[in-house]
Amino acid sequence: MTPTLCRDCFWTGPEPQPRRCPRCASPRLVVHAELDRLTIAHMDCDAFYASVEKRDRPELRDLPVIVGGGKRGVVTTCCYIARINGVRSAMPMFKALKICPQATVIKPDFTKYRTESRRIMDKLARLTPLVQPLSLDEAWLDLTGCERLHGGTAAWVLARVQADIETDTGLTVSVGLAANKFLAKIASDLDKPRGFSVIGAAEAKAFLAPRPVSILPGVGPAFQKSLAIAGYQTVGDLAKADPKTLATTFGVYGLRLSQLAQGQDARAVDPDQERKSVSAETTFNDDLTQVGDLEDELWPLCEKVARHLRKDAIAGRVAVLKLRTTDFRIITRRRTLAVPTQTAKALFAVARELLAAEAKGAAYRLIGIGATELVEALGPASDLFAGDEARALKSARAMDALRDKFGADAVQSGRALKTNPRTP
Amino acid sequence: MKFTIERAALIKALGHVQSVVERRNTIPILSNVLLSAERGGVSFSATDLDMEIVDFADANVDTPGQITAPAHTLYEIVRKLPEGAEVELRYAGDDPRLQISAGRSKFNLPVLPAGDFPVMSSDGLSARITLDTNDLIRLIDKTRFAISTEETRYYLNGLYLHTVGEGASAQLRAVATDGHRLALAEMIAPEGTTGVPGVIVPRKTIQEARRLLDDAGETVELQVSASKVRLQFGRASLTSKVIDGSFPDYMRVIPRDNDKSLTVNISVFAAAVDRVATISAEKSRSVKMAIEPGKIVLTVRNMEAGQAVEELECEYDRDSFEIGFNARYLLDVAGQIQGEAAEFRFADPASPTLVLDASDPGVQYVLMPLRV
Repeated sequence: MTPTLCRDCFWTGPEPQPRRCPRCASPRLVVHAELDRLTIAHMDCDAFYASVEKRDRPELRDLPVIVGGGKRGVVTTCCYIARINGVRSAMPMFKALKICPQATVIKPDFTKYRTESRRIMDKLARLTPLVQPLSLDEAWLDLTGCERLHGGTAAWVLARVQADIETDTGLTVSVGLAANKFLAKIASDLDKPRGFSVIGAAEAKAFLAPRPVSILPGVGPAFQKSLAIAGYQTVGDLAKADPKTLATTFGVYGLRLSQLAQGQDARAVDPDQERKSVSAETTFNDDLTQVGDLEDELWPLCEKVARHLRKDAIAGRVAVLKLRTTDFRIITRRRTLAVPTQTAKALFAVARELLAAEAKGAAYRLIGIGATELVEALGPASDLFAGDEARALKSARAMDALRDKFGADAVQSGRALKTNPRTP
Repeated sequence: MKFTIERAALIKALGHVQSVVERRNTIPILSNVLLSAERGGVSFSATDLDMEIVDFADANVDTPGQITAPAHTLYEIVRKLPEGAEVELRYAGDDPRLQISAGRSKFNLPVLPAGDFPVMSSDGLSARITLDTNDLIRLIDKTRFAISTEETRYYLNGLYLHTVGEGASAQLRAVATDGHRLALAEMIAPEGTTGVPGVIVPRKTIQEARRLLDDAGETVELQVSASKVRLQFGRASLTSKVIDGSFPDYMRVIPRDNDKSLTVNISVFAAAVDRVATISAEKSRSVKMAIEPGKIVLTVRNMEAGQAVEELECEYDRDSFEIGFNARYLLDVAGQIQGEAAEFRFADPASPTLVLDASDPGVQYVLMPLRV
C-alpha cells in the first residue's frame, strides 16, 4: 500500500499493479512510502538560461545551445544536448566549442532570465510564504501545514505547480521532496530534467553512505582532500565516525558534517535568508598585466556592484578582490572597509590598493569585485568616518536618478568612458 | 638553578609579568613564566606572543640557571605566603620539578624547558627616547577610553602614537577613536622622536603599560620600530607588537569651523547627565540637549522607563538648537576634563562636536551626535 502520485493527472492512491496510473495510464508515477508525509522541497529549473533561449528561438530546439560570453568567457549554462557532447557549465568557452563545435553560443540576457524567474517564483509564493530562493532558478519550499489549504499533500501540490510552470512558461523544473533542505536539494538533482524525486527519512542514511563526501554542502575540492587524508572518502565514513572526533578535527563544521552524513539538517526554510555577497567579474579578451588596464576593467564592476547594493538598500562591510591568473589559479584578497559601503568610489579605493599589491608583473585573465558581510544600509551618518561615504552616496544617488529617467548612458563617470567609449 | 628572594620582591616582579599570561592557552609554554637566575638577581619574563614583559629582581643566587613554570600558580602561591618570608626556588637535575620553599611550606611545580620559551626579538627598534612618566600617563589616561573594541575595524583597536610638526613645535600625539568619539592628547615631542614611525599600540599593551607606569621612576624610555614598540620602566620592560594597519586620517574628522561655542562647569554638567541617563534606553543611552542662550535642558525620554529633565546654566549666546549624544560618551569625556570648565563647539545637530578642556590646550575630544 505504498502511496503513489501520478505526475500527469495528479491521481493519488495506493501503488497500482501494473505500475501505471489507473486513471490516465501514464507511467510517470511517484511511489514512496513517505510520500504523504514529506513537506520540504527543492525546486530547480532545468538548464534555465538555455531553456529560456530555446523556448524563444524554437529553431534551436534540437540543436546544442550554450549560454555564455565572449571568445574568452566561460559556459554559464548549456542545454542537455550540449551536455551529451560533454559540455559543462563553468567550462572555458574555447574548450566547450572544441568538443561541441556545432553549438550555438548565446550571450546571456539576464533581464529576460530575471523576468522568467519572477514568474516562476511568484507561482511558488502562492503555495507557501516559506519560499527561500537560492538563485534565479532554484528555491527551497516548506509546505508543512499547507495540506488543508491546498486540499492535498505537499507532493500533490508540487506536482501540480511543476506542470503549471511548464504550461505557462514553457520551462521545465525538477523537484526534490524530502524531510529537510539538504536532502531535498540532493533529491532535485537525481532525476533531472523534468524530474520528481523523493528521499525519505528512513532511507536517507543508506542512500548517502556510498556517495563521495563532496556531495555535502561546504565540502569543496580542498576540504575533500583534507577529509580524504583523515580517512573519510564517502559520506558513510563520516556517518560512522564519532561526532566528537569530527568536532575536534574539523571544529564546528565537523559536527555539522556528522549530522549531514546521518541525513539530518535542522536548517529551516528561511524566506528572509539574506544574501551573503554581491559581486561582479569579467574575463578579458586578452590577458592584462598593467595596473592601469586592470583598474579600467575594475571600475565598471565596482559601479555595477554598488548599484546593486543601493537598489537593495544594503551595504557591504568587506570588499573582496578576485583575480584569475593565466594558469587558472584564483586569487582573492579582502579588506574591511571603514564604514559599510554602497558606493563604487569606496569599493574601488580599497580594491585598487589590494590590486596594487598583486599586479606586479603577473598577467591576469579575469578580475572581479565583491561586497560581503552585508548589512542594512544606514540612514544618515552616525560614524565619524562616514562623511566621505555620505558624500559619495549623494552623488551616486543623483546619477542613479538621472539614469532611471534618461537611460543607462545618460551620465557616466569619466573613468567608465575608458572601457565603455561613447559612440557619437 | 637555585636562589633565595624576599617575598615582596618576588611578588612585585611576578605581579608585573603575570597579567600578560592568558588564562587559557593552547600552547602550554605560554602559561609559564621564564625564570633566569644570573649573578645578583633573577629576571622574570612572560609573553602572549604579541607582548612580552620582563622584570628583574634582586636575589641571592646560589646556582645560576633558567627554567619555566606556571605563571598564575606561582603568583598565587607567593601571594599567599606570609609577609616578610624568604622564598627559595630550586630546580635541580635530580628532580624535574621546580621546588618552592618558604618556612614550612613546600611546593613542587611542573616545568617546561627554558629553551622552548619564545623570546621577542628587538630587531629594528629605534634609539631610546626618554619620556617623563607623568607625561606618558597623561597621554594614555586622556585617550584610552576611546579605543575601539569592535573587531571589524581592527586598526582602531589601539592607541595611535605618532609625532606631528617639526623642530621646536613638534608634538608627540596619542589618538584613539571608535568611530563614534575621538580623543586626542599631545605633548611637546621629546628629543629623538623626529622620524620615528607612527604606531598603533594595541589596547592590551596600553593597559599593561599603564599598570607598569604606576611603579615606574620619573622617566621611562621608549623605543619604536614599524612593527614593535618597547617601553623600559626602570628594571621592567615591555615589548609589544603594534597593530599592522593604517590609522585613518583623523584630522579630517576633527571639526575646525564649529562656531557655536558653549562653556559649562563640567562637574555640574557630568552630574546632571549622569542623573538623567538613569532612565535612558540601555542600547542608545541617548540624551537630548536643548541649548539656548544661558542654559542647557537635558532630556531623556524612554518609552518604558519614563522621562527625565534637568536644566543647568551655561555660557552661550547663539541660536537655540537641539542635539543628542550617547550619555556614556559624554561622561567618558567629562571624566577626562581636568579644569572646572569645558568648552563645547557645535556646528549643527548632525555634525561632529568638539569638546575642549579649558585648562589643558593639549587635549581635544570629538563626539558624533545621535539623532534625537
